Amino acid sequence: MINYIWAGMIVLSLLSGLFSGNIETITKGAIDGCTEGVSLCVSLLGIMCFWTGISKIAEKSGLIEGFARLIRPITKILFPRLKEGSEALSAIVMNMVANFFGMGNAATPLGIKAMKELDKINGRKDASNEMCTFAVINTASIQLIPSTIISLRQTFGSEDPGAIIVPIWIASVVAVTVAVISTKIFEKRKRL
Amino acid sequence: MRFISVFAVPFMIGGIIVFGLIKRVKVYDCFLEGAKDGLCSAINILPPLVGLMVAISMLRASGIIELISRILAPLLKVLFLPAEVLPLAILRPVSGSGSMAIITDIFKNCGPDSFAGRVASVMAGSTETTFYTLAVYFGAVNIKNTRHTLKSALLGDLTGIIMSIVVCRLLF
Repeated sequence: MINYIWAGMIVLSLLSGLFSGNIETITKGAIDGCTEGVSLCVSLLGIMCFWTGISKIAEKSGLIEGFARLIRPITKILFPRLKEGSEALSAIVMNMVANFFGMGNAATPLGIKAMKELDKINGRKDASNEMCTFAVINTASIQLIPSTIISLRQTFGSEDPGAIIVPIWIASVVAVTVAVISTKIFEKRKRL
Repeated sequence: MRFISVFAVPFMIGGIIVFGLIKRVKVYDCFLEGAKDGLCSAINILPPLVGLMVAISMLRASGIIELISRILAPLLKVLFLPAEVLPLAILRPVSGSGSMAIITDIFKNCGPDSFAGRVASVMAGSTETTFYTLAVYFGAVNIKNTRHTLKSALLGDLTGIIMSIVVCRLLF
């Protein structure tokens, strides 16, 4: 899908440039875009290294596992059919905690492992209730420190780069709650 | 709230490092190991970032974004959605680096502390690249019938978009 969007954006701008006669500005825009892409990446490089470094310490010190135990009560409500101590549940919990600490690199492999474990106990060709709920949680973002956005705000001279932390917490908690409740409602419907 | 936003980051950094020391983790070695992963993922996003910044930059230069925003202006006004943020709301579930490119554009043109800049920050922080995540997760187990997953996920994204406007209006 991104292929069509990307090509569409470029073709659309070129066409409108041909019609309005400002094709030169658009060419200039393309070249400026290259430079901006690189400088954006460079400005994020430091902060990304920093946070992945910090979260590695959290992982090695067992902090992540500690938090995983802490959220057991929540996972019990979300996945009532999964047994305590099962491979699937522990992968799910670790994935959620990794996401919470902004460790995307660690979260994705754990998430895939969780899906594979859920698939083993599913025994059907379509997605199980647990798979749906788990995938939906992962399409929502619950993050303690949205570090990329904070550093981006800082780069562009924000007076208070962290001001958006609490608003992000509120918005994401409401969003994930709505999404999860909707899965619980939808899953009651009969499967084909 | 100001208190949390000032102390959340330093508290987390300090807390994790001190906890690591207590648990006798070689914190600095560990940090370097993790930072290397960060370097790799930062380099990995360079190509998509360049590609998408070019497309967005061209689109902006062509004046089409302004045209669409002007056509949709009455609708956006009712929703309190700043016109600059509309492309972000549309692209957010599809592409992570694409949304980052749009946010950069918004920060540059309106400033990160403008209403548009704040809504964009909150929107990006409270939603995810839904389509990518679903493709990766269900692709890994080769399941095609995902039942209600997409519906619920997009409902979550929509809630996140609406909430980022609501929260920014209430808190700032």
